[in-house]
Amino acid sequence: MATKASRSAARLMMAPAVILLLGWMLVPLIMTLWFSFRNYLPLKGGDLGFAGFDNFIRFVTSTSFWPAIGATMTIVVGALVITIVFGVLLALLLDQPMWGQGIVRILVIAPFFVMPTVSGLVWKNMFLDSVNGLFAQIAKMFGATPVEWIIDQPFPSLILIVSWQWLPFATLILLTAIQSLDSEQLEAAEMDGAPPLKRFWYITIPHLSRAITVVLLIETIFMLSIFAEIKMTTAGAFGTKTLTYLIYQRVLESQNVGLGSAGGVYTIILANIVAIFLMRLVGKNLDA
Amino acid sequence: MARAATNRRKTINTILAWSVGLLIFFPILWTILTSFKTEGDAIAYPPKFLFFDWTLENYSIVQERSNYMRYLWNSVIIAGGSTLLGIIIAVPAAWSMAFVPSKRTKDILMWMLSTKMLPAVGVLYPIYLMFIKLGLLDTRLGLVIVLMLINLPIIVWMLYTYFKEIPAEILEAARMDGASLKSELLYVLTPMAIPGIASTILLNIILAWNEAFWTLNLTAAKAGTLTAFIASYSSPEGLFYAKLSAASTMAIAPILILGWFSQKQLVRGLTFGAVK
Repeated sequence: MATKASRSAARLMMAPAVILLLGWMLVPLIMTLWFSFRNYLPLKGGDLGFAGFDNFIRFVTSTSFWPAIGATMTIVVGALVITIVFGVLLALLLDQPMWGQGIVRILVIAPFFVMPTVSGLVWKNMFLDSVNGLFAQIAKMFGATPVEWIIDQPFPSLILIVSWQWLPFATLILLTAIQSLDSEQLEAAEMDGAPPLKRFWYITIPHLSRAITVVLLIETIFMLSIFAEIKMTTAGAFGTKTLTYLIYQRVLESQNVGLGSAGGVYTIILANIVAIFLMRLVGKNLDA
Repeated sequence: MARAATNRRKTINTILAWSVGLLIFFPILWTILTSFKTEGDAIAYPPKFLFFDWTLENYSIVQERSNYMRYLWNSVIIAGGSTLLGIIIAVPAAWSMAFVPSKRTKDILMWMLSTKMLPAVGVLYPIYLMFIKLGLLDTRLGLVIVLMLINLPIIVWMLYTYFKEIPAEILEAARMDGASLKSELLYVLTPMAIPGIASTILLNIILAWNEAFWTLNLTAAKAGTLTAFIASYSSPEGLFYAKLSAASTMAIAPILILGWFSQKQLVRGLTFGAVK
């Protein structure tokens, strides 16, 4: 069908994108790998020689490693559970007939378009602040003692902020999936006398499983690398140093590039494990 | 009877959905409202919701004091520039993958997607070092290049899924009629591809506008975007709620409006066609 000429033209047209992405991927990756095996300290004279696996071992045996893994897991798992559970419920609700559906959709989606630095600062100061924050004021109205959210409850605070940002995404995708559900199937089940909860559990949820998986994987990849939300609120204090934040501090703040790069290699491996599952799902759809 | 029941259900749904919607939107609404308050009203107890002295003073103070226009201009240039550059590179690639597919097309698409999964922090230092060596640190050009590269996979993918929907028969018919590759591109394909390209541009402007990791780490005062502008409010200026709110409102308003137009594209662009 396609002629030889159009094939080579096609290859030529693809070349810039492929070459750029190849360079973008390989060059930094090789550099990170290289640094991770070096004693590289820019503030103390630069490259001080081969380090073997020292950086890799030091990174995982340092006292901040396991807390960072814990912090990352807490935030990612917490926000995932909240966004997916509420995302499903919200998508079901938005799928129902109602007045002003378009406007409600707009309201629900809005947080996704707020830049991370704004969400971090607005939540931290205007809502979670223990003196003038809205939460503290509401607590005062009910005679309760205001909570120092960011300091005393850093994880619930961060999970709240991240969930608020990502709930719209989960809802939107799950809503798209629900709308493709064949309503005849549900009607048939209703006529056969299946109660709403059973219909939800045996028809809606299996239909949504694919979309839920996609949301899960994409959110995991993005949430593993949240950065601005932490920088704007706790700046890594109060035990909220995630893996991403820890590496950022190693590399740019304390300028221990070898150690930070070893950490970077770990995150790349971690992200790739998640990515493999996502790619499989996407790949399947590409064939269909 | 049945009609009354459906109507009642509809009413309940409406009330429930509006309540949840307003609750989710509330932080944004509160920020916008606070931006029109005096600093005193902004921290008044009990909180003032609508009945306060509305003022535009915060907006003029923020503009004067922080060079808002320069950050805005940087945001426009960087988000627009990186998107435009990405489109120029991605259109031919997506076009050829959609219309002249080969055995390897799928592998190439999947591989492009995989580059998007690379955690930014993993390559932070190499990029930082290259930026220093090439003199790109805190320049608009540098950020345009980086943001173009991180969004290129999404651009190619979105365009590919849109181009895929253009029926190949039309192209073949044009070829039969003796259209050259150039006229085929110009007169047949382009008009049909424009809506898809427009949606892709929209989503990528949003993504680039809100990007924070590279923006915060690779820019400072000179090439900083609105993301960096807001970050400069982290302390102690963040304690001035009305000004923080005015600055935040100015930073998110343009993209909030663009975003509302691109809800549908969002799903397509961010799930790589895995959810339809």
